[in-house]
Parts: sequence; structure tokens; C-alpha cells
Amino acid sequence: MIPRHQRILFWVLLAASVIMALVLIGMRQRAHERTLSASDTMPMNPPGQASAQDVTYVLANDLKGSVTEERLRLTLPADPNARAQVILQHLIAQYGEPKSTHPIAPNNGVTEVFFMPLPDQTGAGSSGTMAVVNLSGSFVAAHPSGIEPETLTLLSLIGTLHANFPQITQVRFLVDGQPRDTLAGHADLTRVYLASESPGPKHP
Amino acid sequence: MHWTKIRTVWNPAFAAALAAVMTAGSQAQTAAPSPAPNPPPPVRSSMPTRFAVVLDPAHGGSDEGARLTSQVYEKDLVLTLANRLRAELTAHSIPVVLTRDSDTAVAPLNRAEVADHALAAACITLHATTSGSGIHLFSSSLTSIPMSSFLPWDTAQGAYTTQSLRLSSEIDTAMAQAEIPVTLARTALEPLDSFTCPAVVVEVAPLLHSNSATPLTDRDYQDKLVHALAAAIEQWQQDWRKGQ
Repeated sequence: MIPRHQRILFWVLLAASVIMALVLIGMRQRAHERTLSASDTMPMNPPGQASAQDVTYVLANDLKGSVTEERLRLTLPADPNARAQVILQHLIAQYGEPKSTHPIAPNNGVTEVFFMPLPDQTGAGSSGTMAVVNLSGSFVAAHPSGIEPETLTLLSLIGTLHANFPQITQVRFLVDGQPRDTLAGHADLTRVYLASESPGPKHP
Repeated sequence: MHWTKIRTVWNPAFAAALAAVMTAGSQAQTAAPSPAPNPPPPVRSSMPTRFAVVLDPAHGGSDEGARLTSQVYEKDLVLTLANRLRAELTAHSIPVVLTRDSDTAVAPLNRAEVADHALAAACITLHATTSGSGIHLFSSSLTSIPMSSFLPWDTAQGAYTTQSLRLSSEIDTAMAQAEIPVTLARTALEPLDSFTCPAVVVEVAPLLHSNSATPLTDRDYQDKLVHALAAAIEQWQQDWRKGQ
């Protein structure tokens, strides 16, 4: 005969075990859901301040040896530097497409763009903005070598920047944050390019 | 700043005026200063006294240029084309100066020095690429500057912009007759901008057809290119003689 207090203790311990098991199962489920949500690769909603904008691309064509304009609508970040970087990255991504008129191996070509106001000669104010474009070393290494393909790439980048940021008057190029002589053996990267010399829409 | 002295054909009147100025200057050291007359601007001839051509095969040595095929580099192909073009021009009694005739590295400064000392009537830099089709013809993007006794090294080609564009047009015409497509453009490139002669850059590319391509290593295509360039230079020589 089991004493009454032992039977009560048994049932209390059994109930506690069941409750603890349920709590553990619930916690495990919540942890699993958190893990799934962290690895979710679905695109997030754009930030509140971002809006779709018309973007002008100056696209190179190797066969014609020329550049042409094309307009697209993209959602872009508000920060001008980030916006310029996204635009140029999208431009280079188009050159990685199979039917590109200016084929370049798909690459994260532009790692950074930053704007520098240029002082006026009189010192009274700003006389425009210089855009410094930092290209990735892998993009430069994979770029086709030749005067025409290299020149067209630079014209395309400069023209696209000037078309979307009319305040840009000069453009400089760096590779992995360092000055470099040429893009792929021909086009000069040491000089400062005037945006007004580029093709594309002209801004006063 | 680096300057380049270019050939000058002095106007006798200017020489006399210059002598007068120099005399006045020497007298001024011993006598009372007197205002020196303004010398007339120098009259120069941009035309050399003999017709010679400078061929400048790009790259060389450790600078291999573009990789055209698994075994052929740009430096080798442009040297081959330059040697073949030299042979063809020499056969037509046209003196040719090469900035390099072997697989050696030549600095842009030295290339420009060779070209400028050759007193050439045409300077042609040869490049090659796998992009595009036919010929890419480049002339300097420098704005035109007046001819003077001394020209800034980096922009000396500016004094020859008009003649370089005419030479480019001559090559364009010859290529059209050879049915080789041409794209014309202007660019800033070493050593082109330091050349004191009518100068163009000829970048050769494969010949693309609707569904095939003739590679740059194709012997017949190379012959076609060399013959067309030689024809253009011969025509340029005829124009040059008319201008003499």
C-alpha cells in the first residue's frame, strides 16, 4: 500500500514534467522560427524615403564605337554617393548580360563613389563637384584590353554620372583605392576627366 | 615643364628682324635703353623637307598589351604588322622609321623623341584589340594650338590636329576601298599627344561578319590591312608633294 503523500508527490512531479516539456517544445519552436526569419532572402520593402526615379544610362557599343542613351526607372537610395554607386553598378551589370553591346565579365565593378565639391577659383564658392569613382581590382583585371573598349567604358561611366548628377564637372578614377596608370593597358586613369567632354545630355 | 623644339623654316624677314632685336638688345647693355621693335611672328612650315613615315608598334617587352589569342599578344602582332608595312613602304621608296623593331620595352617619352627627331610627314601608332570590328582610328583629342618654335611636350600634337584629322580621313578612305569597317574617334593617349607630326593611332580588331569572324592572326586579313595602310600613306605622300 503506497502512502497517500507519496501518491500526491508523484502526480505533482508528473504534472511538472509535462508542463516543462510543453514549455521546452514551445521555446524550441520559437527559436526555429527566428532562425528561419534570419535566413530569409526575400527582398525587403524599400526604405521609406526611397522612391523610383528615372535614370539615364549612357551605354557603349563596341561595333559602332559609340555610346547611346537609355532610360530606366529604378528605386534608389537617398544618399547621393550611394545613389551614384547603385547607378554605376547597374550600368556595369548590363555589360555582363549575354547580349551586351560592350561585353565585360559580370563583376562588382564600382565599389564606391564619393563627391567632392570643387572650390571656385575666386574662393567665393563651389565651381562644381568632382566624382571620385573607385573601381574594383577584379573588374579592371577582367576588362577587355584595347583603346576603344577602355575608352568607351570610361565615356559610359562619365556620361552616366553627368547625365544623372548635372553638378558633376570632373571625374577621377581609382582602383582599389589607389591611383593607377591605365584601365587595362591603354585608357589613362591618371588624368581628371571633364564631364563636359563626355557624351550624353548636356547640362549648363 | 618639358618642351620640345620642332623643326623650323625661318622666314628671312623674321630672321632679319630677330637679328635687329638681338643687336638692339646687345646695344642696350652699353647704351641708353631704347624700345625694341616688336618682332613679327615666326613663319614656320609644318611640312618637313623630305617625306618619311614613323611607325610606332605599341607595347613591347614586359608590356604585352592585350592577349589576342592564347598564344598571341598585342605587342607581337603590331610588331609583325609594322615590319610588313615597312617592307611595303620601303618597296615604294618611302623611308620608314620604327620606334622599336624587336620585342623591347620603349617608354612613351622615347617613342615621341624618335618620332620628333625623324621629321616625319606621318606618324602611325599601331595597336590591336579583340573588341569591335575592323579598324579603330584615333586622332588626338587636344584642341588645336598655333605652331610656334617651342611646343609644350604634353600637348605638342595640338599644333598638328588639323593635319592629323586629314591623315585619319585618308586612312578611312583607303579602308573603305578595302571594305574594312572603320570607327573614328579622338582620344588622349601617350605618346600620341607629344608627336610633332601628323599622327594617328590605328587599332586593328577582328573582322566580324554576320555569323563569323576573321581573326587578327589571319594572314589574308593582315595583308589587306597592310595594303590599305600603304595605299593611304602613298596617297598622303601625293597630297604632301602638292603642298610642298
